[in-house]
Amino acid sequence: MTEATQTREDRATALKGLGTARKRVEDVRFTQGKGNYVDDIKLDGMLFGDFVRSPYAHAKVVSINADAARALPGVVAVLTAADLEPLGLHWMPTLAGDKQMVLADGKVLFQGQEVAFVIAEDRYIAADAVELVEVEYEELPVIVDPFKALDADAPVLREDIRDQMEGAHGPRRHNNHIFTWEQGDKAATEAVLAGADVVAEEMIYYHRTHPCPLETCGCVASMDKVNDKLTLYGTFQAPHAVRTVASLISGIAEHNIRVISPDIGGGFGNKVGVYPGYICSVVASIVTGKPVKWVEDRIENLTSTAFARDYWMKGKIAATKDGKITGLWCHTTADHGAFDACADPTKFPAGFMNICTGSYDIPTAYLSVDGVYTNKAPGGVAYRCSFRVTEAAYFIERMIEVLAIKLGMDAAELRRINFIRADQFPYQSALGWEYDSGNYHAAWEKAMKAVDYEGLRAEQAKRLEDFKAGKTRKLMGIGLTHFTEIVGAGPVKNCDILGLGMFDSCEIRIHPTGSAIARLGTISQGQGHATTFAQILASEIGIPADDITVEEGDTDTAPYGLGTYGSRSTPVAGAATAMAGRKIRAKAQMIAAYLLEVHDDDVEFDVDRFVVKGAPERFKTMKEIAFASYNQAIPGVEPGLEAVSYYDPPNMTYPFGAYVCVVDVDVDTGVTDIRQFYALDDCGTRINPMIIEGQVHGGLTEALAIAMGQEMAYDEIGNVKTATLMDFFWPSAWETPNYRTDWTTTPSPHHPIGAKGVGESPNVGGVPCFSNAVHDAFRPFGLTQTNMPHDHWRVWKVAHDLGLHG
Amino acid sequence: MSKMHVKMTVNGKEVEALAEPRMLLIHFLREELNVTGPHIGCETTHCGACTVDLNGKSVKACTVFVAQANGANVTTVEGLVNEDGTLGVLQEMFREHHGLQCGFCTPGMITRAHRLLQENPNPSEEEVRFGMSGNLCRCTGYQNIVKAILAAAAELNAAKEAAQ
Repeated sequence: MTEATQTREDRATALKGLGTARKRVEDVRFTQGKGNYVDDIKLDGMLFGDFVRSPYAHAKVVSINADAARALPGVVAVLTAADLEPLGLHWMPTLAGDKQMVLADGKVLFQGQEVAFVIAEDRYIAADAVELVEVEYEELPVIVDPFKALDADAPVLREDIRDQMEGAHGPRRHNNHIFTWEQGDKAATEAVLAGADVVAEEMIYYHRTHPCPLETCGCVASMDKVNDKLTLYGTFQAPHAVRTVASLISGIAEHNIRVISPDIGGGFGNKVGVYPGYICSVVASIVTGKPVKWVEDRIENLTSTAFARDYWMKGKIAATKDGKITGLWCHTTADHGAFDACADPTKFPAGFMNICTGSYDIPTAYLSVDGVYTNKAPGGVAYRCSFRVTEAAYFIERMIEVLAIKLGMDAAELRRINFIRADQFPYQSALGWEYDSGNYHAAWEKAMKAVDYEGLRAEQAKRLEDFKAGKTRKLMGIGLTHFTEIVGAGPVKNCDILGLGMFDSCEIRIHPTGSAIARLGTISQGQGHATTFAQILASEIGIPADDITVEEGDTDTAPYGLGTYGSRSTPVAGAATAMAGRKIRAKAQMIAAYLLEVHDDDVEFDVDRFVVKGAPERFKTMKEIAFASYNQAIPGVEPGLEAVSYYDPPNMTYPFGAYVCVVDVDVDTGVTDIRQFYALDDCGTRINPMIIEGQVHGGLTEALAIAMGQEMAYDEIGNVKTATLMDFFWPSAWETPNYRTDWTTTPSPHHPIGAKGVGESPNVGGVPCFSNAVHDAFRPFGLTQTNMPHDHWRVWKVAHDLGLHG
Repeated sequence: MSKMHVKMTVNGKEVEALAEPRMLLIHFLREELNVTGPHIGCETTHCGACTVDLNGKSVKACTVFVAQANGANVTTVEGLVNEDGTLGVLQEMFREHHGLQCGFCTPGMITRAHRLLQENPNPSEEEVRFGMSGNLCRCTGYQNIVKAILAAAAELNAAKEAAQ
């Protein structure tokens, strides 16, 4: 087809822009095993690092003897805190304003803590040498219960900050206390609770879990002493931030550090933090003059890097007798482990937990969070969520169910009468957020109709009758959830990490022949950025997505950005991409006008070209304009066609969704069968429906894992009981149901293309939906609240405790 | 530790090397031969990222000693590409049906699916789900992986019929 015969629709289709289910460009290399992940990197003379780790959760380190290890042929060095101390690197700052031991300095505070770092010629020798390091410990009393941590006579965990009662987030009131964070109006909320018709009260526990991506964390540090340059390859979700932190910690000038995130095998928050392995590898490379690789094994990943959740959320919800919610109160005890290494914006020590009023118009609310030290691993990352949004969503969606029970109401109806109405947006929440947009009632009605909610309830009633009559031993549960997320951190005015504002960036270069490269400050870990960002750009600048290379992850070439987590890539870097594209278009307009010999205002953009207004046969395609920008001397216009945008979003975006889960529960075995799962997501403008659907499937499966079995469990002396994939539940294809996806579209009013982010929505909404389904099955027998994960044993126990086993 | 002489056929090519007998097959492939398609996800035989085809059976190369694989015929995901360099049917179907995201499980998944379809050329959805249950994926929720494998089975069967 020639340009002359192409219709406008043909030209738009050829771009593969916004809304196209474009196949992923990444997949050609991934499907034939040609990805390039950190453990695939092989440099000349590369050495391998491995850790000696603590078997105890709390102990004094009496002595470390590494003589035998050092004597093993092939061992190059063994580092301990004593070796790092002269460099000031035996401790490092955390993202949360605390500090953390790089290697054990006199004591250990959690099982699996890094004690010594062995460097050897291959990974087998390193592992042998780890076994030869003799460490003498003296055990100390262990705290695994965050409530006991605050007892008056509790042992002091952090000797290094004993009696320092001013913390990074205000005063501390106990040596094991980290911070108290308060939002909302305490007095007004207590007054509402005191005068309410009905108050429902419950402790909602969101257990400790782990992001556990298939690829563990790792790095290769390579110090080039001739040129004084450090190159650090690693599984980093925020490569630029790692460069800045590495410079601040090591004293190496930032321009002499190049951080490269290659292909990343899943992140989910696990790869946001800075870990001792990175510091030790850098030091080892500086000391040996050779590249040093360190890659965690699975046990190390689960026990030492980046746990998530462990929030004890005490809630009170007040309502009128006909179900209108009047107030919400929440006190959270947050178990942060041995060091406060949570990855949250500086001003939000409990992340965005204050989104816990959810999708509801709750006029008065109060939230307080106490962070507490225990003998568990540090971390507290946003595991497939935007900074504690999952905890908040789980809390409110459970509290709604608890209130429905108290009121004797249908939980769908209770939600319906309390939703923020479409005409209330932008909506100011009682806990300080301005929700940008939403249409909750429309989404809810669509979901209820799609699943035939009334029909499901009728079926459930019949099943209950049969159960009571002894005709079946299976109960039926219907789980409901309407969640609201807050993603896309965020406005620099209130969001920073270590003082770095959370903007993001895109730089575009158009080549003379009309193709392009776009570089961003983010980094894909499976989200398909190389596919979707090219689509945003295709629609903005009229160059086919297939002709646009998207590159991320190399700090020497990409513009500065804060990386990919918290569903921020599309809301922030996606916006930067659109804005940079618009700069390209503005310059292209001037060039087109010059070439067409008309005034700038007399041409307009049309899909892939600029046309003279009123004379569409007179046009210049973007391809022609690109070439002209390189070969014509245009008065008043610089040669070339490039642009960069650093985008500081005016607000977060607020994706939402309505989910329904139907489960059958065998009361005698505790086995649950997810019969149906319907997920309606509203992520604003949809860039690539295929990728959105894939994200929803994946997020729901992680939600299934968390709700139904996945946990980081500790015994009373701090042993990790779920340190391998034998014990840490990760559903296979056999345990995972098929999902039915759906959508509504409520564009964000402040985002350049109206997109909101979707990767984390299904995890945020999925967990309460699965959990509510299990709870709902037992509602007729008096169950109000039971803790996740709902594995077979726990479900059996619920049935047993309710007297269902006769 | 003394090394042994190891010989095997990897993706149709004969290879020889010296290796410690305790070396795991996955490290031999990745580090000695630079065959980095198969990955390491758990080192305990649970996740399947390291799945390769060994003498016509799916094995997890993280728990096979190289000594055990001496003389074997090994196929990895790299060996499933068509002779002209284009993607094989399973690889193409994974791409077509969005059966991958981060790509880390993909080499193991496709290698396992390849063997599954040799064992059972016309599987039901349930048989695919059961047959793939030794391979874990954290990104996709499996729905599209299952779809891709069923589509590949249909395409391979159609090609077989056409050839007859």
